[in-house]
Amino acid sequence: MTQAPVVEVRGLQKRYGDIEAVRGIDLSVQPGEIFGFLGPNGAGKTTTISILCTLVRKTAGDALVAGIDVDKDPSGVRARIGLVFQDPSLDAQLTGRENLELHGQIYGVPSALRKRRIAELLEVVELTDRADSKVMTYSGGMKRRLEIARGVLHHPQVLFLDEPTLGLDPQTRKHIWEYLHAMRKREGITLFMTTHYMDEAEYCDRIAISDKGQIAALGTPGELKSKVGGDVITVTVADPRAAAAEIAQRFAMTPLMDDGSLRLEVPDGAAFLPRLVRELSVPVDTVSLRRPSLDDVFLKLTGHAIRAEGGSQLDGMRNMARMFGGGGRR
Amino acid sequence: MTTAAMSASGSVPRARGSIPRTIYIVWWRDVIRFWRDRARLLASLAQPLLYLVIFGSGLSSALGGGLGAAGGVSYTQFIYPGVISMSVLFSAIFGGMSIVWDREFGFMKELLVAPISRSAVAIGKTLGSATQSLVQGVILLVLAPFVGVTFTVATFLELLGLMVVLAFGLSAFGVAIASRMKSMQGFQVVMNFLMMPMFFLSGALFPLVGLPLWMTVLTRLDPASYGIDPIRRTILGQAAERTAMTIGDQIVPIGIEALIVLAFGLAMLAFAARSFQHRD
Repeated sequence: MTQAPVVEVRGLQKRYGDIEAVRGIDLSVQPGEIFGFLGPNGAGKTTTISILCTLVRKTAGDALVAGIDVDKDPSGVRARIGLVFQDPSLDAQLTGRENLELHGQIYGVPSALRKRRIAELLEVVELTDRADSKVMTYSGGMKRRLEIARGVLHHPQVLFLDEPTLGLDPQTRKHIWEYLHAMRKREGITLFMTTHYMDEAEYCDRIAISDKGQIAALGTPGELKSKVGGDVITVTVADPRAAAAEIAQRFAMTPLMDDGSLRLEVPDGAAFLPRLVRELSVPVDTVSLRRPSLDDVFLKLTGHAIRAEGGSQLDGMRNMARMFGGGGRR
Repeated sequence: MTTAAMSASGSVPRARGSIPRTIYIVWWRDVIRFWRDRARLLASLAQPLLYLVIFGSGLSSALGGGLGAAGGVSYTQFIYPGVISMSVLFSAIFGGMSIVWDREFGFMKELLVAPISRSAVAIGKTLGSATQSLVQGVILLVLAPFVGVTFTVATFLELLGLMVVLAFGLSAFGVAIASRMKSMQGFQVVMNFLMMPMFFLSGALFPLVGLPLWMTVLTRLDPASYGIDPIRRTILGQAAERTAMTIGDQIVPIGIEALIVLAFGLAMLAFAARSFQHRD
């Protein structure tokens, strides 16, 4: 018997006035899975996660979390999920332990269990020594770890994470992933996360690539990468337009132009590369050959690279929050 | 429990936060934060002191040492209850409005996704903000001897009750505004078009008698007027009766004024609780 999915979404839509933020998404997440929801800003990731966490009402479609309809019993869903937001939602005036303590009380975790659980989780995220310092003295990475510990404190079935590594340096990001994997192993919890860092998708069991409110592809990182035909060659030349025309004529392929460089997908890059450089009459500046990454998958599926898009009102507030030291003024 | 919930991989129904406990948690958090940030408390007393010492003394001299209509009460004495109320008013409304920031970058967000009653969150926040502003108001009462005002323990208790009502009413007002505000960008608008007029029309700085008709009407529509007037009448006693709040030549009894503020607070709280339920 296969297990019932923990998250199930069918034909999900969300409209804000004339703007269609989510335009018909289908996906299902199995228990214990790490599911990554990838895409640029404006792809509808945060909206989707907000619907699943009962913060935003859907316009159409079905959304079930832990088998419960998010619109019919939001409170039932809330009791069974944990959430790590894009922006920290800790109380900076309180200590790490107090933040966890409050969370446990809010979720009705009995006192004895709460104490034990807090001690264990602080150990997992390696914050035991700093547990009694105010959160305002924590680094960005420490805050994230504390939020992850808090997110699983009440034994949720799914932990939703909205851009959990945003704004952290690469080394800290890697550590956060180690903690997340440790949590999954220890708690047997399902992780549903959004990110716009393509490299992070490698840590996921399955990923959905979303673009403009729809899912462009869904599968394991390996499956998605195999959608790109073989190796990726990037060439920069003095005159990309002329080079593109020549490549089209001579090798019968259409290179993708991206920021003045040309991208080619070829089955056997190592053999093709010398031929390309030798036969191209346009002078070549640089050339590179690599295995396809998820960035290439995204580029192939959507025809554009992942880039941050314009700032919203919220981004303005977010910048203000960063200015005051990660919102530490609270 | 629906059948769907039963099928959810062997989950046990959880105890959800009860309403009184939620109110307590939200309130307790505000109190703890307030207590830890005593520097801010001291700083927040600076503004009322400036009003009292500089504005009060300055205007007293300009008015020739006394407030004609108030009969024997100096201007500093006259604005003393107003300044206490001002301190309560600003910290109560700001306290309630802090939710806007807190909701996007703070712990409020955590509360709004929790399986707890959002009405309870609104109540807890109102009580938390009211407690903070009440403490500030009470501290300012200590200054009474310096402005030449004395009162008995019974008066103190009566004042305490009136300040509780004012702090509650305005905190609920702040929470109600916050429940409809999406970002801090509207803050200046609220400040200039709601809070400042509310303060100036409340009778904190001048008596609400003998004003032009349009202004009389506005001052009677200002809920803060009904909070400040009884505090002044209680502190200054008989001497303040001549500047007391009237409606159609009738002096409004203190009890009625307190009830008006209380009703205003409850209405605002009901509105806030309703707004908090809303999801986009």
